[in-house]
Amino acid sequence: MSTPKTGRGLTTLARWMLGAQWRSHRGRALVAMVTIALGVGLGYAVYLINGAAFNEFSAAARSLSGQADLQVRGAQPFMDEAIYPRLAMRVGVTAASPVLEVDVALPGKSTTLKVLGMDAFRARRMTPDLVSIPSSQAMLDVLADDALFLSPSAKAWLGAQDGAHVTLLGGTSPITLRVAGGILRARPGQRIGVMDIAAVQTHFHLQGKLSHVDLQLARGVDSDAFRQALQSELGTHLVVDAPSDVESRTDRLSRAYRINMNVLALMALFTGAFLVFATQAAGVVRQRAQLAMLRVLGMTRMDLVRQILLEGGLLGLGGGVLGIALGFMVAALALRVFGGDLGGGYFPGVEPRVAFEPIASAIFLLLGVGVALAGSLVPALEAAKAQPAPALKAGSEELALAPFGTPWPALACLVVGVALALVPPVNGVPVAGYGAMALLLVGAIALMPRLTAMVFRRASARRVARQGNVATMLALARLANAPGQASIAMGGVLSSFALIVAMAIMVASFRVSVEHWLAHLLSADIYGRVVQGGDAAGLRPDQQAQVAAVGGIAHVAFARVSRLTLDVAKPPVALIARELDAADPDATLQMTGNVLQPTSWHSGETPVWASEAMVDLYGYRLGQRLELPVGGRGERFVVAGIWRDYVRQTGALQMRVADYRRLTGDVSATDMSITLRPSTTATQVIHALKKLPFGDALEFSQPGEIRARTLTTFDRAFAVTYLLEAVAMVIGLFGVGATFSTQALARAHEFGMLRHVGVTVRQILAMIAAEAGWLTLLGIAMGCALGFAISLILVFVVNPQSFHWSISLHVPWAEIVMIGCAMLVSSCVTAVLAGHRAVSMDAVRAVREDW
Amino acid sequence: MRWLWGALFFAATAWAGAAQVADVTPGRAIDWPKDSGAHPAYRIEWWYVTGWLETPDHQPLGFQVTFFRSGTTHEAKGGEDVSAFDPSQLIIAHVALADPAYGRLVHDQNIARQGFGLAYAKVGQTDLRLDTWHMTRAPDGTYTVVADATGLALHITLTPTQPLMLQGEQGYSRKGPLAGQASYYYSEPQLKVHGSVRRPSATGAASESVAVTGHAWLDHEWSNSLMTAGTAGWDWFGANLDDGAALTAFRVRDSGGHVIWAHATLRDRDGHTTQFGPAEVEFIPERQWRSPRTDSVYPVAFQVRMGAMRWHVSPLIDDQELDARESTFMVYWEGAVTLTGDGASAGRRGRGYLELTGYTRNATLQAW
Repeated sequence: MSTPKTGRGLTTLARWMLGAQWRSHRGRALVAMVTIALGVGLGYAVYLINGAAFNEFSAAARSLSGQADLQVRGAQPFMDEAIYPRLAMRVGVTAASPVLEVDVALPGKSTTLKVLGMDAFRARRMTPDLVSIPSSQAMLDVLADDALFLSPSAKAWLGAQDGAHVTLLGGTSPITLRVAGGILRARPGQRIGVMDIAAVQTHFHLQGKLSHVDLQLARGVDSDAFRQALQSELGTHLVVDAPSDVESRTDRLSRAYRINMNVLALMALFTGAFLVFATQAAGVVRQRAQLAMLRVLGMTRMDLVRQILLEGGLLGLGGGVLGIALGFMVAALALRVFGGDLGGGYFPGVEPRVAFEPIASAIFLLLGVGVALAGSLVPALEAAKAQPAPALKAGSEELALAPFGTPWPALACLVVGVALALVPPVNGVPVAGYGAMALLLVGAIALMPRLTAMVFRRASARRVARQGNVATMLALARLANAPGQASIAMGGVLSSFALIVAMAIMVASFRVSVEHWLAHLLSADIYGRVVQGGDAAGLRPDQQAQVAAVGGIAHVAFARVSRLTLDVAKPPVALIARELDAADPDATLQMTGNVLQPTSWHSGETPVWASEAMVDLYGYRLGQRLELPVGGRGERFVVAGIWRDYVRQTGALQMRVADYRRLTGDVSATDMSITLRPSTTATQVIHALKKLPFGDALEFSQPGEIRARTLTTFDRAFAVTYLLEAVAMVIGLFGVGATFSTQALARAHEFGMLRHVGVTVRQILAMIAAEAGWLTLLGIAMGCALGFAISLILVFVVNPQSFHWSISLHVPWAEIVMIGCAMLVSSCVTAVLAGHRAVSMDAVRAVREDW
Repeated sequence: MRWLWGALFFAATAWAGAAQVADVTPGRAIDWPKDSGAHPAYRIEWWYVTGWLETPDHQPLGFQVTFFRSGTTHEAKGGEDVSAFDPSQLIIAHVALADPAYGRLVHDQNIARQGFGLAYAKVGQTDLRLDTWHMTRAPDGTYTVVADATGLALHITLTPTQPLMLQGEQGYSRKGPLAGQASYYYSEPQLKVHGSVRRPSATGAASESVAVTGHAWLDHEWSNSLMTAGTAGWDWFGANLDDGAALTAFRVRDSGGHVIWAHATLRDRDGHTTQFGPAEVEFIPERQWRSPRTDSVYPVAFQVRMGAMRWHVSPLIDDQELDARESTFMVYWEGAVTLTGDGASAGRRGRGYLELTGYTRNATLQAW
C-alpha cells in the first residue's frame, strides 16, 4: 500500500472514498443536497426579493423628495400654505419647494394615481426627476391649469398619449385634464402625474393647502440642529422629515414581514443541516469497520475528520450552488408574477428587478456550506475518536452517538429558551422570540436519546414483567438499550411534529381571532367609502344628507378616516373619526382590557381609543393624557381604551366624529356604515346610492363580502404554512427512514441471529414496525408538547411583537390528531420498507457476514 | 430697450385666446413716479440696470441687474377659488458681473411665480423682489439693489443726477415699421453708484466684498409684443458719455442679416436731444469672438455711424456671453463696452453696455 503521507496519495484516497460514498448513497446525498438548496434558495430568494423591492421603493420615495435636505409636512395629510413663505425666508434655507400631493381616483380603476402639484420653478432644482416635459411649442403648459404630465407607466396604465384627455375624480366630481407631456425621470412602474400646484389646489378644492415643503439648506448649516430648532418651533402639528426617515418608515412597514420570511428560510437551512447530520451520522455508523480499517492502515484522525467534513462540505457546496440558482430564479419569477411584496401591499407602485449580488450570493453559499459542515462535525469527530480495534468488531455502533447522552447542554438550552421568550423585541423585531423557539427545539432534540432510554427502559421492564408479545418486547428492549441510534429518527419526528403543531395552533388561533373580530366589527348592513386612496375631500354635508335620505336606510353613521404623523421615523397612524358610544365602545370596537368611563375624563379632554399597535409603538396606555396634532394647539386628549385591530399594523386612533368636527372644522366624510330598515334589501339600497350624482365615487360592500374577502386573504397569506407542514412531515419521515435503513444494514447480523433462534421474518418486520411506532409515538407526544410550547411563543410573543396585535389561543385538536395518526402510520411503513432489505437476506449469510 | 427676453419667450408661447391686456399707443404721457412701478395689464415689463464700477484699486467692473415681469397666458380668476399659487404673473431676474481679473462674465438667474411675498413687482413705485434679490426706489428717487447670487453679489444704491430720459416719442418707442410694434420706455442715464460687490474668485474660495463706485443706466420698458415675424435678433447699446451726455442706439435684424429697423438717441448734458432714424444709423462689425461653450460667433466690437458721428464700441472683455436658458430660454451677449468718438464726435468718450442677440446657432430651448 502506498503511503498516505504524500498529498497525491491522500487526494486519490479522498477521491476514492468520496466516489464510493456517492455511489452507495446517491439518493440520501441528493436529498440532503436538495434540502440545503431549498434552505439557501428560499433565504436567498427572500433576500433578493426584499432587497430589490425595498431598494426600488426607497428609490421611488427618494425621487419624490429629490435633493431636499429636509421636508416639512403636516401631522395630518394637509397643512396650511402660510408655512411656505415662512420656511422659504428662514435663515439657512436656500430653496423651498411646495408640493401638494393627492391620490386621485379614476373612473373604472381600483387603484389611485398619485398627482403631485408642484411649482415648476421651485421644484426644478429640488426634485429634478419630476420636472415636467412640455412640448417645445407649449412651454407654458407647465403652468396651465388643465395640463397633466404623466410618468411612462402612468401613461401606459391609463392608455393615454400626449394630447389625450383623461378624467380624474376630484373628490366626488369628475375633472378632465389634458396629457401635456411626460416627466423627466420616473422609476419603472412608478405611476405618478405632475401638475401645476395652483391647478391642483383649484381642481381638488384644496385652496390654501400643501402636503409638504421641501427644503434645501445653505452649505455649512448643521442639518440636525436646524431640524431640531425648526421642529421645536413648529410644534407637533407639523413634522420635519429628513430623507432618511422615508427609508426608516419603509423599513418599519415591511420589517416584520421580511423577518418572518427570513425565519422560514432559516428553518429550511436548519432542516438541511439536520439531514446532512442524519446522512453523515448514518454513513459513519455504516462505515465504521471500513474507517477503522483505514485507521489501522495508517490514516490519521485528522485525515478522517477532514475526509468526513469534506464529504459534508461538498454536499453543502452542491446544495449552495443549486440554492443560489434556485433562489435567483424564484426571486425573478416571484417579482414578475406577484410584485415585490408577494402581494402583501408593503411596496405599492414599483416594479423591482432582481440584480445578482456577488457578496450576498457568496454569503448564502457559505451559509449552505457552513450548515453542512456543522451537520458533519459531530459524526466526524466521533468517527475520529473511535478506537480502531473495537470499531472493527460489530455491535459498537451505539457508541458512535454517545455524546448525545449528556443532558446538561440540552437542559441549558431549554432554560435559556424559556427565558428568552420573556425578552422584549429588539428594534421592533422579535429576535428573542425566534431564538427561544430555536433553543427549545435544539434542547428537546438533544434531550431525546436520554428521554427515549428512560421511557423505554421503564416500559420494557413492565413488559418483560408482563410477558408480552415477542416483537413488542424485542422492540422495547432495543429502544431502551440503544437510544442513540434512535435519536436521528426521534429528532426528525420531534422537530417536524413540533413545527406542525406550532404552526397549526398559531394559524388556527389567528384565524379564529380574526373571525371573532370581524363578527364584532361588522354590525351594519352596508359599508361604503369614497373611492380615493388619499385624503382629498370626501362627502360634503349636503352630499351626506343626500345619502341619508335614500329610501330604506334607517341610519347612516359617517366616518372620516385620515392620517396622523406622530413620529417622522414611523409610518403614519390612521385617525378614524366615527360614531362611538363613549360609555360602551365595546359595542363598536373589540376592546382589550378595561375602558375609561366618561366619568373619569377630566373636563376639556377629548377621548381617543387607541389600537394595540399604539401601545407597542408609541407607549400609549389606558388613561394616558396626551396632545395630538388634531385641531388647535394645546388640545388635551385621553386614551379611553385599547382596541384590537388586525388591519393597521402601524397603529390607529379612533375618536368620536363629533369631537373631530368640533376640533378640526372638517365636516366631510370618507366612510359610512348603513343600517337598513327591516323591509329593504342591501342590493336595492346600494343600487339607489349608486344613482346619486356622486354615486360613481362611492364603493359599497356588505358584511358577508367583507368577511369572505378577509378570510380568503388570510388563508392565502397562510397557505405557505400548509406547505411547510407538509415539508416538515417529509423531513420527519426522512429521519425515520434514514435511521431504519442504516440499522437495516448495521443490524443485519442481529436479524440473522433472531432468524436462527426461530423468530419469523414477519415477527422481525413487526418488531421493526413496533420500534418505529413506539419511537414515533414518543416523538409525536414530545413534539406535541414542544409544539404547544412553541405555539405559545408564536401566539403571545412573536406575533404581537411583529404585528402589534394580540390573538387568543385556539388549539385545532382534530387537525393535530389527524396529522399525528398520519405521521405514525407513515413512519411505521417507512421503517418496515427500510428494514425489509435486511430481513430478506439469507439468514446464514447474514450471520456469517460479520466475520 | 431690452426686448430680447420677451421676444423669444413669447415666440415659444402659444397665446390662448385674448387675455385682457392694454394696448401700447402713442400719446400716453409717462406718469412719474407712478410709472416706475409695475404695469400688470401689459404682458411684459423689465427694469434693466447696467453700469461700470471701479474698485478701490481702480480696476473696472461691468455689472448688470435685471428684473422681468411676465404676464402668462394664464388668466387670473377672481373670487374665492383663486389659488395663491396662481401663475398669472412671473418674476425673472438676472445678475451678472464682468470682471477682467476673472476673464469672463459671471452670472446667475432665477424665476418664480408672483406670490407669498417671495416674488413680486409692485404697482406705483419700483418695488421688485425675487427671493433674496430686490430692487426698490425710495421717494427721493434713489434705488437700492441687492442681489446675493452664486459666485457674486451686488449691494448698491443708484442716485439720479439727471432728469428722466423718455425714449421715442415721449416714452412711446417704436420697434418696427408697424405702429403696434412699440413699447413704453424710459431711461435714467448717468446714475451715480455706491455700494459693494463680491467678485468672482477663480480659486472658488469665498472672496471678500469690495467697495465700489461708478455710473449706471436704468431702462424700464413695458409692452405686449414687440417683434415682427422674421426678426432674428438685434444689436443695442446704451452709454453714459464722460461729458454727461447719454447715448443709445439699436438695430433689428432679420434672419438674412438685413436690418429691419434702427434708431439712435443722443441727449447732451444740457438736455438737448438728437434723434437718428433708420437711414442715419449703421452698425459695422469690427471684430468677432467665438464662444467656446455654445460655438456662437458674436461681433463684439462695432463701428456705429449716426449721421456724421462715428463711435468705436469695444468690449471690456470678450467673454460676456450670458446663458439664460434656465429662465428665459436664451443665450446672448450682454457686456460692458467703451465708446470712443470719431468723425463729428471725435474726442468724446463713454462707457456703456452692448447687447447682442440672435447669434446663437443652437438656441435650443431647455425645459425647466
